[in-house]
Amino acid sequence: MATAAIHPLTLSAPYYLNLFLKEIKYEFLKALRNRMYSLATLGFPIMFYLLFGVSFRHSGPGLNYAQYLVASYSCFGMIAAALFNLGAGVATERAYGWLELKQASPMPRLAYLGAKIVTCMLFGVAIVASLTLLGVTLGGVHITLSQITHLTAIIVAGSIPFACLGMLLSLLMSPSAAPGVINLIYLPLSFCSGLWMPIEVLPHFLQKIAPLLPTYHYAQLALNVFGYARSGATLNHWEALVGFSFLMLGLAWLIFTRSEAKA
Amino acid sequence: MSATILVPESISDGFQPFSSGSEAIARLNSVTKRYEANIALDNFSFEIHRGEIVSLLGPNGAGKTTAIRLLLGLISPTAGSVRVLGHDPRDSQTRTRIGAMLQIAKVPDNLRVREHIDLFRSYYPNPLIVDEVVRIAGLEGIEEKMFGKLSGGQKQRVLLGLALCGDPDLVFLDEPTVGMDIEARLNLWEQIRVLSALGKSVLLTTHYLEEADALANRIIVLNKGMMVAQGTPVQIKSQVSGRTIRCVTQLDIDFVRGLPTVSEVTADRDALIITAIHPESVVKTMLQRDLTLHDLEISAPALEDAFLALTKSESN
Repeated sequence: MATAAIHPLTLSAPYYLNLFLKEIKYEFLKALRNRMYSLATLGFPIMFYLLFGVSFRHSGPGLNYAQYLVASYSCFGMIAAALFNLGAGVATERAYGWLELKQASPMPRLAYLGAKIVTCMLFGVAIVASLTLLGVTLGGVHITLSQITHLTAIIVAGSIPFACLGMLLSLLMSPSAAPGVINLIYLPLSFCSGLWMPIEVLPHFLQKIAPLLPTYHYAQLALNVFGYARSGATLNHWEALVGFSFLMLGLAWLIFTRSEAKA
Repeated sequence: MSATILVPESISDGFQPFSSGSEAIARLNSVTKRYEANIALDNFSFEIHRGEIVSLLGPNGAGKTTAIRLLLGLISPTAGSVRVLGHDPRDSQTRTRIGAMLQIAKVPDNLRVREHIDLFRSYYPNPLIVDEVVRIAGLEGIEEKMFGKLSGGQKQRVLLGLALCGDPDLVFLDEPTVGMDIEARLNLWEQIRVLSALGKSVLLTTHYLEEADALANRIIVLNKGMMVAQGTPVQIKSQVSGRTIRCVTQLDIDFVRGLPTVSEVTADRDALIITAIHPESVVKTMLQRDLTLHDLEISAPALEDAFLALTKSESN
């Protein structure tokens, strides 16, 4: 058949690198300029920390509450960053046809999701940095450099399971419903996992349910940095988060391929 | 651009022997696309040749957007095959050579025009330089504005600019001027003509016959997933026979009806409205017979009427 042939163009490593960096740059700019997003991910943890961390310091027995909250509000902020960016963000961009426009371009899909996850991670770093700064300056908390690095690593790694949950939600929600649905999921999850107050303070049945929640395992890993984790192996928490990620990814994949087959 | 475009008699019969002199840059071969009970495209075939502006014309739901989405590899056909630049449209290699402006695309409001262009250029291995994108799409002066602050016409021009970032050989424009005011529409038409002058092939969907007429070398009229007609704009318009004569005359309506080439006569208050293929000869005869004839007007059928006639006759 006499159709015009294309000259094979090699899509080289520098091309992919440049594409990925640009994608990250503009994802980050977009997130930063979105006030709703910066407020939910950075604003709320900072405000809550000023209200509860700074004013209630040294409140618990054997527990430096101001230090506890640096870890738990970091988790809280990171979960919001991942759920809103991957959940509400993707749902909106899908509905607007922005995603389709990208799909029609040679840009690989992974670059889009990858850039969103990296953006969440950058926000995670900013959350840990600001809470640590507030803790040290206003909360009277002592934090070592190795604790900061350890906490940052855990917070950043934790973006992945919640990004996977966000991805699944983005396939199920309309963009207008997204913020509501996400709040409805992540606020109770945060509360029940001890992100707002130590889990020992919660009613007994909630303490029993908590280990079923991904947020609980995330919180335990972060709290462990300051020695506030409940008893139990660290490895189990990682396993739970990895398992949760795969479950969410699997479900998202199933729904996505089903909708593709229908299209 | 040459006007000698071969129009096969029945292109919907599947594979066509290839005509020399024009290269098919994209084609649908007997494509059927079914969504559960609905048939969006029914055994539809067509080709776009290099350098052509082809317009897919049809009412809403005719299958225009489905055809574009198939050619972009966003959906796959239920039956038949789709080739773009000789390859599967899903190949990323193929996608480096095409550009698209989609109907329901809205890009993020909080990035500047320049930033959107910068991002989209990075998707292509051999992008057009920024100044060229700005010039062709007519974006001078709004590069630093946030997308969300632009007017409707400016937004469409930015989307056109994004379609051009990769310096594509083939550009898909899905209802590019829908919802625009006249001035913005004429503006965008200018930009689309520039594309053609640059030697790019363009597939344009529209439900305005006027737009297809103004831009396309070849029009394919679609209705309910099937090709109703295809040809040059002149050929399409001529398929609706005759012109309209309006005059006040003392001649009997049945006499006028009997004149050669007259297809329809209706009375409108004191005037007659006559549709005829050769209005000149009809008017000549009438003037000879009726010296009092006055208020004479002859007009071509409205483009929209031609289009309505084409799509209506098919659905009966």
